[in-house]
Parts: sequence; structure tokens; C-alpha cells
Amino acid sequence: MTTQEALFNYTLRLGDTNLILAQRLSEWTGHGPFLEEDLALTNIALDITGAAKSLLEYAATIENKGRSADDLAYFRNDRQFFNAQITEQPNGDYAKTIARQAIMDCFDYYFFTELAKSKDETLAGIAQKSIKEVTYHLRHTSSWLERFGDGTEESHNKAQTAINQLWQYTGELFEMNEVDEILLKEGIAVDLNLVKAKWEKHMADLLAKCTLTQPENVFMQTGSRKGIHTEHLAFILAEMQALPRMYPDAKW
Amino acid sequence: MKTKEDILLLLSEIPDPEIPVISIIELGVIRDINITDEVSLTLKITPTYSGCPAMKQIEDDVRKKLTENGFTNISINTIFSPPWTTDWITAEAKEKLRIYGIAPPEHSTEDKSWLTGKTKNIACPRCKSQNTKLISQFGSTACKALHQCEDCLEPFDYFKCI
Repeated sequence: MTTQEALFNYTLRLGDTNLILAQRLSEWTGHGPFLEEDLALTNIALDITGAAKSLLEYAATIENKGRSADDLAYFRNDRQFFNAQITEQPNGDYAKTIARQAIMDCFDYYFFTELAKSKDETLAGIAQKSIKEVTYHLRHTSSWLERFGDGTEESHNKAQTAINQLWQYTGELFEMNEVDEILLKEGIAVDLNLVKAKWEKHMADLLAKCTLTQPENVFMQTGSRKGIHTEHLAFILAEMQALPRMYPDAKW
Repeated sequence: MKTKEDILLLLSEIPDPEIPVISIIELGVIRDINITDEVSLTLKITPTYSGCPAMKQIEDDVRKKLTENGFTNISINTIFSPPWTTDWITAEAKEKLRIYGIAPPEHSTEDKSWLTGKTKNIACPRCKSQNTKLISQFGSTACKALHQCEDCLEPFDYFKCI
């Protein structure tokens, strides 16, 4: 694998993770529990869509085979996507959406903080931009998780169930393969072991504050680095890609 | 040949698509202007927020304005670093925001105390009361939060610091 191929795959992985998470969050648009929350989730989804757009545009540039960011988003099948499996998990109830988002905001906060130091100027720039936005997201989702966890018995149970269901997908976020090894040597990729230590500490503190219990001895799911996904991704793509695939020459 | 100052003056005529009382120059999104000859120039532009839908409109408006003024070879590059910050909004522009009904960003982004929950009270842009509360960190656009004045009871947008 060449450095260019590794960089393409790496950028695609980051772009896909943001794209699918944003697509999931966007499903709440018009369905939020109340107006301010509807706006908040839509705003967060918009920021993440923006990051996905920047990353996929960069991936298209690196690949240099005439594919655009839209081509990458709309004309690949599920096995060609490298998003983390946690991002494709269904929204469930509000506690589950918030738990998934808090886990990802916390990951993104530390991940982008490291990526901002990357020797690849475009990735570093996108990361510097995203940190500012993710800081707001993390603050928002943490405060909701705390209200659910430390709220009523019912809200606590829903938040705990969400954490229990999602925890098996968190191991994958820190997996490194050949792509990471090649780019780590170049000072481009992030050492995910560093991010993992910071994420674990932050999540442990957050869950304790929320009176939630961190699941132990969980079997960690794996696969997205190889394009293997849970059954949910193909359904997301079916909805997201339907229009451009039916009308591939449509312009808007 | 037009100078950089001429171009700045021209672009100052372009209002922000969502907050028309301030110009895109006052907003601080144009980061560099490089005039190569009578009809060619390169601009560097940076987004306020990653997903801000106004960026496309701003780019289109810039192209239109420059084309009307004789430029035929316009190159607009998006840059991400250094990332846009509300610190770049000029003092005059902040006052324009306030008169328009949007509370301007109040503290420097260097001040991180708000992250630990120490929020300053944002002055109501209408009655200037400091007795206000945060309704939601996320408002009608990505750059704004929603607050409410406890004295005049009006809700208002706050241009949040990033």
C-alpha cells in the first residue's frame, strides 16, 4: 500500500464516520422532543455534515480519479464504507441518541485535538475547525446524559440500557491497521492509543457524574476497518442514496 | 490595475446572506487576496462553521461582484487553518449586530472559563439588561445560541464565541 492509498483510505474512514453519524442525527429533524432540542440536534448534524463534506472532498482530491465527494457519498455500497459501526446504530429513544452522541463527541474531541497536530495540513485544518464545534456538542450531550442518568428512575434505566447496548461498538474506534501504521510513520495519522486513554478517563468521569455504570468485560464488535457492518448501514444508504442513484445526472 | 484595497472595498459591499447588516469583510471570512493581473485574482476564504450553508452563497456573491468589475479569471480557495473565530469580527460590526437584535460575542475565545460552566450573563440587545438566561446553546443558525431577557422577556439570538 502506498502512502497515497493509505491517506485516501484514512480520510475516507473519517469522512464516512462523520457522514453516517450526521445522516442518523438528521433523522431527528422535525421529530425532536421539543423545539430547542430539535434545533440543537439539527445544528449538530449540520456541523458534522460539514466535516464529512470537507473530508470527502479531500479524499476525492487524494484519490485523483475523477470522483467527487458526492460520488463517494452516493455511489458506493455498504461494503465500501469505512464508518465506525457505532455511527450506524439506530437512534432508538432519546437517551440512546444522546448516549451515542456523547460517546462520539468525546471521541471526536480528543481525536481532532490530536489530528490538529498532523503533518497533513488539510487534515490538521479540518480538525482545528471541528474541535471548536465538537466542544459545544460535547457540552450539550454530556449535560443531557447527566440529566437522564441522574433524573428519574425511568430516565436512568433508559440511559443505562443505551450505554449497555452501545458499549460493544466502542472498541472499534481505537483499532489501528496497516493504514494507520503507514501514516503514523509519516506523522499524519493519530495514535489511537493516546486518544483511547483520554477517552476512557473522560467517559469514566462522565458516567460516574451521570450515576451510570460502565459495562465491564464486554465483547467488542469489529469489522468496519474492512468494510464489514451491522445490518443497519445498508438501510441508511438505501434511503440516503436513492435519489442520486435514480437520477444520477440531477443537479441542485 | 486594481489594488488589494480596491478589492476589499468592493467586497465590503457584499452583505452576509443571513445577517445582512454586516459585510463579509466585517465577518472576517476573506483571508487573503492575491491580484495577478487586470482580470485575474485568487481569494482565500474560510468557513465560519464547517456546515454553514451560507458559504456557497458568499462564494457566488463574490464571483458575481468581481465579474461585474472586470475580473474574468477568479479562483476561490477554501482554507481551514487558521480556523475562523468570532474574535475577527470588528468592534463596529459587533455594534451593528447588537442594533440588529443579535447579542454580539462578548468575550475572547482565549477565555475558556465558559467550558467549565462559568457563563457570563449576556446583555439583552434590546434593553441592555444583564438579567438574561440561556435557553439553548443551539439557535436558528449554527453560529447562534438562544437566550431570553428576564426583564423585557424577549427571546434573542446570541452570536456564540468560537
